[in-house]
Amino acid sequence: MSKSVLVVDDSASIRQMVTLTLSGAGYATLEAVDGEDGYAKATANPIRAVVTDLNMPRMNGIEFIRKFRAHPSSTGVPIIFLTTESDENMKRQAKEAGATAWMVKPFKQDQLLAVIKKVAGP
Amino acid sequence: MTVMDPRDVFHQEARELLDQLEEALLDLGNASDDRDLVDCAFRALHTIKGSGSMFGFDEVAGFVHEFETAFDRVRKGSVAISPPLVQVALAAKDHIARLIAEPGRHVADGEAILKNLRAIVSNDEGSDSGDTFPLAGGRVAAADPSPVQTPVQTWRVKFRLAENALVLGANPLLLLDELRELGPCEVRVKTDAVPPLESTDPEVCYLDWEVVVTTNRDRQAIDDVFIFIADGMELSIETVAADAADAADAPAADKAATAKVVEIDKPRDSAGAGAKGGTSVRVAAERLDELMDRVGELVIAQARLSQLAVASDDANLKSVAEEMERLASGLRDTTMGIRMVPIGSLFGRFRRLVHDLSRDLDKEVDFVTAGEETELDKTVIERLADPLVHLIRNSIDHGLEVPSRRIAAGKAARGQVRLSAVHTGSEVAISIVDDGAGLNADRIRAKAEEAGLIAPDAKVADHDLFQMVFHPGFSTAKEITALSGRGVGMDVVKRTIEGLRGRIDLGSRPGGGTTVTLRLPLTLAIIEGMLVRVGRGRYSIPLSAVEECVELPRDAEAANSGRNFLNIRGHLVPFLRLRELFKTRAAIEPHQKVVIVSAGESRVGLVVDQVIGNSQTVIKSLSKLHADVETFSGATILGDGTVALILDVAHLVNFGQEFENRLRDERIGRAA
Repeated sequence: MSKSVLVVDDSASIRQMVTLTLSGAGYATLEAVDGEDGYAKATANPIRAVVTDLNMPRMNGIEFIRKFRAHPSSTGVPIIFLTTESDENMKRQAKEAGATAWMVKPFKQDQLLAVIKKVAGP
Repeated sequence: MTVMDPRDVFHQEARELLDQLEEALLDLGNASDDRDLVDCAFRALHTIKGSGSMFGFDEVAGFVHEFETAFDRVRKGSVAISPPLVQVALAAKDHIARLIAEPGRHVADGEAILKNLRAIVSNDEGSDSGDTFPLAGGRVAAADPSPVQTPVQTWRVKFRLAENALVLGANPLLLLDELRELGPCEVRVKTDAVPPLESTDPEVCYLDWEVVVTTNRDRQAIDDVFIFIADGMELSIETVAADAADAADAPAADKAATAKVVEIDKPRDSAGAGAKGGTSVRVAAERLDELMDRVGELVIAQARLSQLAVASDDANLKSVAEEMERLASGLRDTTMGIRMVPIGSLFGRFRRLVHDLSRDLDKEVDFVTAGEETELDKTVIERLADPLVHLIRNSIDHGLEVPSRRIAAGKAARGQVRLSAVHTGSEVAISIVDDGAGLNADRIRAKAEEAGLIAPDAKVADHDLFQMVFHPGFSTAKEITALSGRGVGMDVVKRTIEGLRGRIDLGSRPGGGTTVTLRLPLTLAIIEGMLVRVGRGRYSIPLSAVEECVELPRDAEAANSGRNFLNIRGHLVPFLRLRELFKTRAAIEPHQKVVIVSAGESRVGLVVDQVIGNSQTVIKSLSKLHADVETFSGATILGDGTVALILDVAHLVNFGQEFENRLRDERIGRAA
């Protein structure tokens, strides 16, 4: 079984846009609707990379990143977070929590692919 | 299965988020300063902004951004939540909905809302909005792959990853690949720092790299390669070639601010997107109707089979017929279940209505809902929206008094409107109860007399008087403030409810408030019916309306049109002889039965020749030719293929009461 890119976002439209883009480029994908769901799926499946929103109900993105990084299966898994504006504070927190890369919304599909390729390989 | 267009998903999602936002705002209006609610409102806004910008709703994203910025002080707790603030936030929510529904219009309206908001949030911070939201349009230009072409230069790039970089998912090989894309590279790796094997931590990167790259791209392009891992790493970039001065001039770009991304020309096949597993499926409503139709036909065919089986001696046939009956009824229930939607989705919409009305009318209203989880057929719920709006509006506009009058009447200043739904047998009862002034019987009577609905000297019970408000022409009277409304009138409300095979009841106590109860069938397509025979014709009575069956006493039988009353445990119940009503010519049978049916508060007995039993009644509507027939609400096909008409109980009950009144008047006339 090939490793999946886990897409964590409470917004169904963003989730779909990201998964369509990634699967269109040949990546296997998995979806999760919030941090808690994301953590459950990230630790139960072979994961190649994580794309996560920060602002989510139940467990927000920063907490999710922190929790996932504390789990051994996160070793070597790049985590890309999505942030709406260039909020330096959020970005700093996410990086401290163990994120690898970030993207500022809005982004284009090509940009997303470029970032994924950059951190997870083609 | 087709994958939905992400834009459609966005529309749907935005609707849900806006509902969520409205809900939170309304709750905030009631219980201000609940941090969770503020966060919830903020999260909804934020997601709308994010998704909106992704799918080209730039106006939405721009507006929400401005709104968020201004609202931020509320979030930080430095501005308290006040009714005007909730008001302007609700206006903003409506504005967002309009921007999504009709992009390109209404944009100008947003400024006024923002101005209002800023005025409320702060008195001196009026025009502070230097921080504009980066819209997709603007960013495309910034990240567009028309890379800055500079003269070919050679750079020496030295880097060493942070210790934990590998753990965090950085991959130095990918970095090297990326550098190679810029131009020809010479890569050297320094292994000096690698410790002896036994003390090597496999998760730590001990290597240093030195890359000499020759490229026509500027320094920014090289910086971008390391943008994500720049923290904690050692990185030096310098020119090797002659013009070192240029390198010094190279802008120390503000690289951390945005995720500038290198555009890659890579052919993609976006059509290859696979279907995604989901927990729910969206199905067109017509297909559900079609399914229901088919199930109806199946139920009819199954009834025929059962009838054949009963008449036959074949044990195998009997057992198959029983099995079929079980399966068909299971299938019927499942199919009906698919169409069921909790009524809470409808109730939620009214909170805003109540909020707006209470503000416009200066009345304080507590809106209480109960039984949101009660399920009803989707079609029924959709068609209920308008009547309920009208009824709630009536309750607040005309039922509840202004606070000063309430206090004068010894009530709490805040009025209450309670909307509840509850299952009762195969029906759902929805009631709208207010604790206002109640209906003004005198006024209604005066109006009814003026309209010629009742004779000036007639004695009419209050309950019957209240029914007058459902009379067409009554509600259009302008000066009857107690019941006039905007849009639909009470007669339309009644017609809509009856169109759904439901009933409407009105109760009121002077000074104590008004109760309107709607009783609706769970589904429109199949009902449990009681099959009866009158002469040679068979009729189905909706089982939900049947209270009991009794035998017609002999003395009542003999008296043909004298006393048409039965004594049911001390209560006098009028009855109708269906054979007379239907002008049946067949001979009178010795033992006649009376089926007692009820509609709202009233009961009436229907005299029939025989009670046959229960039957699954698949409702088929009558043709347009029979649209005026009021005694029957539809027809059904029986197991043997014949047709039975379905009695309209509500109408028969009214008819029975009127018939009784007429008889009484005649008797009085004769006596005089």
